[in-house]
Amino acid sequence: MASTIPAERGLRRVIGDDASIPDGEVDGLDDEGLLELYRSLVLLRTYDERSVIYHRQGRIGTYAIYWGHEAMQAGSFHALADDDWIFPSYRESAIGLLRGMPPATILSWWRGHPAGWWNPADYNVASICVPIATHVPHAAGLAWGKRLRGEDACAIAYFGDGATSEGAFHEGANFAAVMRAPAILFCSNNGWAISTPVSAQTRAQTLADKAIGYGIPSARVDGGDVLAVYEATRAAVARARAGEGPTFIEAVTYRAAPHATADDPSAYIDPERVEEARANECLGRYERYLRRHGLLDAELEQQLKAEAADVMRAGIAAAEAEPKPDLGLLFEHALVDPPASFQTDLAELRRILG
Amino acid sequence: MPELTYREAVRDALSRAMREDDDVFIMGEDIAEMGGSMGVTQGMLDEFGAERVRNTPISEMAIVGTGIGAAMQGMRPVVEIMYQDFLTLSMEQLVNQAAKHRTMSGGQLKVPLTIRTQGGAGWSPGAQHAQQFESWFVHVPGLKVVFPSTPEDVRGLLWSAIYDDNPVVFFEHRLLYPLKGEVPDELEPIPFGKARIMREGADVTVIAIGRMVPEALQAAEEAEALGISVEVLDPRTLLPLDEEAIIASVQKTNRCVTAHEAVTRGGFGAELTAVVQHGAFDHLDAPIERVGAKFGPLAFAPAMEQWAVPHAADVLEAVKRTVARA
Ligand SMILES: Cc1ncc(C[n+]2csc(CCOP(=O)(O)OP(=O)(O)O)c2C)c(N)n1
Ligand SMILES: [Mg+2]
Repeated sequence: MASTIPAERGLRRVIGDDASIPDGEVDGLDDEGLLELYRSLVLLRTYDERSVIYHRQGRIGTYAIYWGHEAMQAGSFHALADDDWIFPSYRESAIGLLRGMPPATILSWWRGHPAGWWNPADYNVASICVPIATHVPHAAGLAWGKRLRGEDACAIAYFGDGATSEGAFHEGANFAAVMRAPAILFCSNNGWAISTPVSAQTRAQTLADKAIGYGIPSARVDGGDVLAVYEATRAAVARARAGEGPTFIEAVTYRAAPHATADDPSAYIDPERVEEARANECLGRYERYLRRHGLLDAELEQQLKAEAADVMRAGIAAAEAEPKPDLGLLFEHALVDPPASFQTDLAELRRILG
Repeated sequence: MPELTYREAVRDALSRAMREDDDVFIMGEDIAEMGGSMGVTQGMLDEFGAERVRNTPISEMAIVGTGIGAAMQGMRPVVEIMYQDFLTLSMEQLVNQAAKHRTMSGGQLKVPLTIRTQGGAGWSPGAQHAQQFESWFVHVPGLKVVFPSTPEDVRGLLWSAIYDDNPVVFFEHRLLYPLKGEVPDELEPIPFGKARIMREGADVTVIAIGRMVPEALQAAEEAEALGISVEVLDPRTLLPLDEEAIIASVQKTNRCVTAHEAVTRGGFGAELTAVVQHGAFDHLDAPIERVGAKFGPLAFAPAMEQWAVPHAADVLEAVKRTVARA
């Protein structure tokens, strides 16, 4: 029997606070790497803020806002290699951007347009999972498959604090551990599951404690500290590649935005905590870090933000320029060998809407 | 008679039961401060407190499973599954546990549990948040299945569900929540297994459930203008089913259309059709028509979603097809 895995209580951080807490060291990222990470953060932030506007303008449907979650997404992403598979929830809908997926593709997904159906194998980014936690076993299985095939790649599944209450999370985590699957279970603990606080979700002291029961080592990190997230994920990836099995990462933040564009959190959320979270948000923290280290000035910041805004403008234009999808798509992909009813139904659909 | 929306009628039944009976409590995801994803339980936290209006972890299996446990020792829990699409995560508890405990204890254990859930298309959520699964549960001995279509029925039937000693899967339709209707001053429990004739007619019987009841009534209006007299029957409870009323109606009209929003294939209409062909075989003047959704995943695009699920026009077409047969 392996000895008991120690419980981590504090939150790892690397980025200091301009005052009493000094910046820590981070391995694996040179100056260019640090700036790449910044570019990713800016791109994700810009995508999110623009998407909320596009939703209000009626150009995309209901949208799951991830404002303030960018450090968890970009920090973990930069620790991965291109071969590693990503299993996003709705909260990480735009993470494919970092793999070169065009914004128009993801915007199309939120527009309900088939141009948003990317081929997961093109990016090693699985389809967005909206049913809670049900993709955790998929990540475990894919990672296991990679091992069986002697490949080096691992899989990372993103899910929320609330997702750790689902059976699929527990069963998937246990499988990953038992099979020593090279998987990373990345929990974005933003304190809320719609209106339900994490305190009503579990009596565990930390979500990372849940992993201990499955024999899975874990890390707890400050989810607003992109470098701490990077470091923790890098270590998890190294474990996975070394054949040591899965790691659980609990990244902690406070949800500073509504659950989604359809949600009004005023009935349940603490406005002071939201203020605090907004003042301490991850992009600003990283910008201050980069400035302290002489890597970022106002000019570069403006340039990168303008670039990202241009990418988004082009993205929504491209999404809106997508031709109307062929009506046959409604049925074409439901089964490899469609039943006869598909043809008659399709003929009717073409007559009515075609 | 006061008017309530379907949503308020659900809340009224829950609140009255909870006021009168400490054994009744509700639990589900986001039902407390937020009042549920559809606002059904809004305000109930203030009246009944957090112990009886319980926000649960996101654990559909445990929501139903703990409901079973509480029901086993005499409570009358009403649990909510936010979207019926996520009943899938609690199937073991529903099918192998709730439905079997009574039998497997030689009738000594009862499970007076109500599982409320909602769903339905019409708001463009795509393939995983708008399905209609009522027919799955009609296939399970040991469950009761209810799907009311009016404020009065939802209130009276929910009361009966709470006080039924069996597990009851109680379907509400998302688009029905804002619909208003008169309800009696005093809540009158509505017994299971009693259909309601929503409109009398002579030429064809439309047996409709859920959202298709108001759609069928609209179709009946339009048919009347064409000189076709349509009877609309809402079984209200699918299990038990008021076969007698159904057969009597078709024996009178000699024609039958079934209508539900779930996909036609394997839908509840198939069961209704079997009941009718057996009970009214010699009376039928036309093949029974089934109206339901197209057999495909629901589309996100509103126009395609609307095409996939049936409406009054589809019922009217089916009615016309049956009367066109000599
Ligand atoms: C199986 C299932 N149950 C319920 C829901 C409804 N739902 C959507 S998001 C959500 C909250 C999820 O919270 P969390 O896991 O903390 O992730 P977050 O939204 O905070 O990123 C719920 C209950 C769902 N999508 N799937
Ligand atoms: Mg959360």
